[in-house]
Amino acid sequence: MAEILRAQSINKYFNEGEDFHVLKDVSLSISQGEFVTIVGKSGSGKSSLLYVLSTLDTQYDGEISIKDYHVTGLSQNELAAFRNEHIGFVFQFHFLLPEFTVLENVMLPALKLGRFDRDSIEKKALEKLAEMEMDLFAHKLSSKLSGGQQQRVAIARALINEPDIIMADEPTGNLDTVNTQTVFNIFNDLSHRYGCTIITVTHDPDFAARSDRHIELVDGRIAE
Amino acid sequence: MSLAINIGIAKTHLLSRKKQSLIAMLGVTFGIAMFIFMISFMKGVNEFLSDTMLSSTPDIHIYNDISTDYSKSIAGEYFRDSSVTVSVSHPKPKEVTINIKNAYDIVADLKHDPSVLAVSPYLSTQAFYNYGPVQINGMIEGVDILQEDHLYKLHEKMSSGKLENLLTTDYGILMGQGLADKLNVRMGDLVSLATPNGTSMRFRIVGTFKIGIGQIDNVKSYVNIPTVQQLLEKDRNYITDIAIKLTNIKYARAEAALMSRKYNYTAEDWETANSSVTTSNLIRDILTIVVSVTLLVVAGFGIYNIMNMTIASKMKDIAILKAEGFARRDIAQIFLSQSLAIGILGALTGIALGFMLSYAMSNVPFPKNEFIGLKYFPVIFEARYYIFGFGFGVLTTFFAGVLPSVKASKVDPVAILRG
Repeated sequence: MAEILRAQSINKYFNEGEDFHVLKDVSLSISQGEFVTIVGKSGSGKSSLLYVLSTLDTQYDGEISIKDYHVTGLSQNELAAFRNEHIGFVFQFHFLLPEFTVLENVMLPALKLGRFDRDSIEKKALEKLAEMEMDLFAHKLSSKLSGGQQQRVAIARALINEPDIIMADEPTGNLDTVNTQTVFNIFNDLSHRYGCTIITVTHDPDFAARSDRHIELVDGRIAE
Repeated sequence: MSLAINIGIAKTHLLSRKKQSLIAMLGVTFGIAMFIFMISFMKGVNEFLSDTMLSSTPDIHIYNDISTDYSKSIAGEYFRDSSVTVSVSHPKPKEVTINIKNAYDIVADLKHDPSVLAVSPYLSTQAFYNYGPVQINGMIEGVDILQEDHLYKLHEKMSSGKLENLLTTDYGILMGQGLADKLNVRMGDLVSLATPNGTSMRFRIVGTFKIGIGQIDNVKSYVNIPTVQQLLEKDRNYITDIAIKLTNIKYARAEAALMSRKYNYTAEDWETANSSVTTSNLIRDILTIVVSVTLLVVAGFGIYNIMNMTIASKMKDIAILKAEGFARRDIAQIFLSQSLAIGILGALTGIALGFMLSYAMSNVPFPKNEFIGLKYFPVIFEARYYIFGFGFGVLTTFFAGVLPSVKASKVDPVAILRG
């Protein structure tokens, strides 16, 4: 399988009074269509690594390439446009925009990308919601949904621009077993059936064990 | 495209907290409305005062000022070459005539001046109007009534009779309405008056006028020039004052200075003669601007506050939008357009409210007053104040929105998403 993401000697420091070395010389490579989990104890740097890889965090040393783009050193605006097109996000606390309907939440990244007109974006958003079995809630305000429902909407939103990579930060951290299972199945499906690359941080050992590969971080280093 | 989406998001944000948006908007509305109302009213008052002032003051007034310069004396001249110090205690003027010696030459000369619209020579004196045994103090002015009409549009202010009656009647008099009321006389009645030097004369009232200023209507009468010359026992060339109306009132001050030098008499322009009115106009203007700017700045701070609160409560949304691929510029646009929308809507409603307040004020009857002839409160309606109010309102909200919006665009998404 082709390589989709390469990170080379990533070092990151937190400056809170004294320097704290969060990521120590992390290098990794992820292939197209892989379902990768990043695990580790609290403070091991697993979330930091995800945010560095996702281009949201630019305060690091080292080099990152995603697809054929060398993303290290790009400007904030270029990175925003890059994320819009190539990366989908799912977060622990759902992070839907509460004043917008479910459908609008899903449509927003596609409207921003502006590749299709509004009607086809709406059609596609409804399709994605249907895949998540959330199409019945399309016109509800997103703040009226339960946690599991919100997370499924968030995944539909992450998929709307057909990104190369989905990055998830503890997507099941707030969910019960049933919903955790649902999210896992969705991710698994996306990766194996549609060839979507998934990188997710989790502290659920069961979730990690069932993914294609898990990368364990110990004190900011990848454990062999 | 991107702007349309950002404005769409801004719209959803505004509509999802209607009360807050409405209150922010009302701040601007009241600011602009008060600005428009105040400036329309104040400018109306200014204009009214200027108009009444100009209806009784010539643009330029030429007269012979009594000299109070006693630095030279005959004794001083006589002893000039000797080493004697001359001191004269309590000097008083010799008997001077206060007329303009070559008045008709000056009038003829002024009529050739292209910047002069009308010239009216006149002479006036104190007079005592006899009302039975009581004498009422007043003024009598000898004028060329047609020239005087050119200056002050007297024919519009006649409350009875006609101006021309003065020319066709021997010993006719046009009397101020207030004075006629005091004397209990009407058109066609006879009135006798006396001058300070003792001559007295009987006149027939051929008309009454009402200028709208008590100080004039209650004391003044017009007669022909020769009548006053006769009353004062002076010759046919005796003229004490020349009133001038210019084609452009703005040049009054400069023209007055020129005329003063040319004819060697005091020439006073209307602004100098009415400096209290021009000063109070200026003070009203300053007051209006200060109060309006304060109102708008307060409204601006209100918007600044609300925008800051909005952004504080929208941190998560900003982070998620940034993760989704919205750039810093987009975030700034989203919040700035909210502030601008508040400003534009507020300014528009403010203009409407300001107009309604001004219109209502212009229909409030002015308290009846014998000194000022005014039926309703004076209010003017001028488009430029509305345009200025709108522009200023939008500008204030723009500046109030810039800082919070820039702050929002700088939010670090990682810090918020990590929780």
